[in-house]
Amino acid sequence: MKRHLLSAADLTRDDAELVLATADEMRSLADRPIKKLPALRGRTVVNLFFEDSTRTRISFEAAAKRLSADVINFAAKGSSLSKGESLKDTALTLEAMGADAVVVRHGSSGAPHRLAHSGWVRSSVVNAGDGTHEHPTQALLDAFTMWKHLGGSRPGGLEGRKIAIVGDVLHSRVARSNALLLRTLGAEVTLVAPPTLLPVGIEGWPVETSYDLDSVLPKADAVMMLRVQRERMHGGFFPTAREYSRRYGLDGKRMATLQDHTIVMHPGPMVRGMEITADVADSDRSVIVEQVTNGVAVRMAVLYLLLSGNEPAGSMVEGEE
Amino acid sequence: MSTTYLIKNVAVLGGAPTDLLLQDGVIADIGPEAGDRGASAGERVEIDASGLVALPGLVDLHTHLREPGREDAETVESGTRAAALGGFTAVHAMANTEPVADTAGVVEQVWRLGREAGHCDVYPVGAVTVGLAGERLAELGAMADSAARVRVFSDDGQCVSDAVLMRRALEYVKAFDGVIAQHAQEPRLTEGAQMNEGELSGRLGLTGWPAVAEEAIIARDCLLTAHVGSRLHVCHVSTAGSVDIVRDAKRKGWNVTAEACPHHLLLTDELAATYDPIYKVNPPLRSQTDVDALRAGLADGTIDIVATDHAPHPHEDKDCEWAAAANGMLGLETALSIVQQTMVDTGLLDWAGVAERMSYAPARIGRVAEHGRPIEQGEPANVVLYDPAARRTIEASESASLSRNTPYAGRELPGRVVATFLRGKATVLDGKLA
Amino acid sequence: MPSRDTATTDVGRVVLDDLDITRALTRISHEILERNKGAGDLVLLGIPSRGVPLAQRIAARMAAVEGYDVPVGSIDVTMYRDDLRMKPARALLHTQIPAGGIDGKVVVLVDDVLFSGRTIRAALDALNDIGRPKAVRLAVLVDRGHRELPIRADFVGKNLPTSLVERVKVTLAGVDDVDAVTIQGTLANTDGEGEA
Repeated sequence: MKRHLLSAADLTRDDAELVLATADEMRSLADRPIKKLPALRGRTVVNLFFEDSTRTRISFEAAAKRLSADVINFAAKGSSLSKGESLKDTALTLEAMGADAVVVRHGSSGAPHRLAHSGWVRSSVVNAGDGTHEHPTQALLDAFTMWKHLGGSRPGGLEGRKIAIVGDVLHSRVARSNALLLRTLGAEVTLVAPPTLLPVGIEGWPVETSYDLDSVLPKADAVMMLRVQRERMHGGFFPTAREYSRRYGLDGKRMATLQDHTIVMHPGPMVRGMEITADVADSDRSVIVEQVTNGVAVRMAVLYLLLSGNEPAGSMVEGEE
Repeated sequence: MSTTYLIKNVAVLGGAPTDLLLQDGVIADIGPEAGDRGASAGERVEIDASGLVALPGLVDLHTHLREPGREDAETVESGTRAAALGGFTAVHAMANTEPVADTAGVVEQVWRLGREAGHCDVYPVGAVTVGLAGERLAELGAMADSAARVRVFSDDGQCVSDAVLMRRALEYVKAFDGVIAQHAQEPRLTEGAQMNEGELSGRLGLTGWPAVAEEAIIARDCLLTAHVGSRLHVCHVSTAGSVDIVRDAKRKGWNVTAEACPHHLLLTDELAATYDPIYKVNPPLRSQTDVDALRAGLADGTIDIVATDHAPHPHEDKDCEWAAAANGMLGLETALSIVQQTMVDTGLLDWAGVAERMSYAPARIGRVAEHGRPIEQGEPANVVLYDPAARRTIEASESASLSRNTPYAGRELPGRVVATFLRGKATVLDGKLA
Repeated sequence: MPSRDTATTDVGRVVLDDLDITRALTRISHEILERNKGAGDLVLLGIPSRGVPLAQRIAARMAAVEGYDVPVGSIDVTMYRDDLRMKPARALLHTQIPAGGIDGKVVVLVDDVLFSGRTIRAALDALNDIGRPKAVRLAVLVDRGHRELPIRADFVGKNLPTSLVERVKVTLAGVDDVDAVTIQGTLANTDGEGEA
């Protein structure tokens, strides 16, 4: 694997399969009396969050701690640190503290990329969500969840599986990372959204697109509903929340058109009644809670694979990739 | 009395080698016997210009000198030094300073600072609207009548998006033969825009700046210009569609001129994938198709001129994440090299074509009588000597600008300005400030 | 990416053939039962990858003798290795603890080759995080010497004096083509499975 995880595109097929297989082993840890492994003892993982995301932060924190790493949480939201130029100063501080990995969430697309490639820090950088760009560990945990349910936990298990990703693709870093990763894993991805919520140039992505949810659902092996923020209404992306739900929401009636084995996913947080109804979210098909559990295992796998081969911070060779 | 220069074996506009005698601020003689005239050999400096091309002093219609207000980024002094090193003898200083150049007082201050610096002539551009706010016209007439003799008006950085205001501005400047230089950017279509809108912006998660936001304004302004019979200049044309619209307007005989920036002739939006904001500029870097269309438009005269949009920014405004970074790049010291690489070395333009697009035409559009003159006997001695065979690797730290935001750092570019003469006085000699 | 199994083209010298291995495992099975006074409380944990089929074969022989299925599992020691930082990240191998757990049991760790002792040290740490056995024993097919830690095997298929530049390779039918233990003398062992 590369030294950083900035985009799902950083992962080759072998890399991605390795993360899944490693996460599968990590997940079994949850059944043991001592839920801790010594692999990253003495290493420091910094959670650098310029945006609030308690769920993601906790997931990374649990993952790092279960691997015995020291964890420093650095919440920069709301302070003077959320300003642009401070990304560099913050990075220099972390470097001085000897961080081995920086897990960064930032409102600006590409901020983790800057952190990794500007020469400010020598740590591994893990993108925990940047602007409307990517969220690769979310994609990995989504893929892992599908792989457990649809792929028999086998290498190549997602080959040819049909995945529908529905909702605000334009503003979704989850959709971007998922489209890239699932394609890498051999799945066939269809992005479903009103035309206003699909990015320009999407024809060049390795995915199918559709404006018609009802035609896509019966063929899908997994349906991932994306959160749609009501604010988008004011940008004129769709007329009303009601119209959105009617055309692109997943309700019990639509769920009935799914194949028996099809699972329903959501990266959270859900807007119940908007993109997904409560009966669907709480149904047997829903693996939404499992996604959260899997998040810790997948992030353990990522931290382990990124860090265990490296020398500790401070003794690392400059510029290796 | 100023020094007399005898420039030997120079290829004027790339033609056959000849000699040039610069004396008393004018081109005193041209030809093999030029050295026989004027001052005796002991009192003049001879320059062996074998292999060098002589061009009329370059004129930039689009420079940001940042003074007053952002003297940490650039001053008139530092910016005009960079201009001289790039072969320019005249630059138009954009109005988006602090305070904005929207009164006779500010434009006269900039004009005076330019004269005091003495590296090249500075022609202030006046703001179209008060404070660039796009709400009401600035005192365009007062600026035109001031010592700075402003003829070019622009809200550059902001688009005069209000159609009525744009119409009034175009009408009003007819009284003093002014021109409105429009930064064509439909504001609603570019809210939060970060880079060219296309497949890549979608992938990178950076809000797109669609070509149509530029083209729609250019089309509207061409129609307005035709309707009121005024003069429009389109700043930094960046898209293939814009080139087509300007070409159509010219075909109809409308009084529209347009400029392209060196970076839009060379660089593409692929560079945004680095997330390095050194490549962040407004209008953004576009696709290779757009680059090719701009080159073709510049070659066939649809695009009249090359203008640098030299936009200095302090280090901290670029040493950050993309969205937080300022728009703009340095351009004065590299413009001629980029034009050589993209237009001359590709066979699209000869040196006479370069002189037209980087000197004569910008001077005509800006109504600058003293610059953009042919290299002929009796003309002002505004001349640049350029070595097209040289190659140099750009080092950001070597710029005369106070800022370092060149997108070409580390690149090898062709050509080198050897000497620049402003009214017969050398501002640059041996590639260094004289 | 971590290296997976690296095949070698060096054929080497066969020191145990399939019959030797079968005899050795049969003997080990009997020794374990004898020492433990039966199969009760026993849990066999193979260290992946080749310790696992060895543990399964031993369990099969015990079942034949005792008529009782000894629980067999696997324990991956990757995360407990002391050289994690020095080498590229390795793929994790499967850990499978039998349903009855290991608390109060006699755990027999099974591996193919005992060399420096570092793998066994890691396995003991890993066991510690899983439960508290009554006792831990060690069974290996080959002990090639050169210990770097105070660890010894309770049950040994064959003691095989080697030099440090030699490489001991165990192949097992089912995982590999044939049952064999070979010594390859050309290059020092620098990577690959366990302590071979």
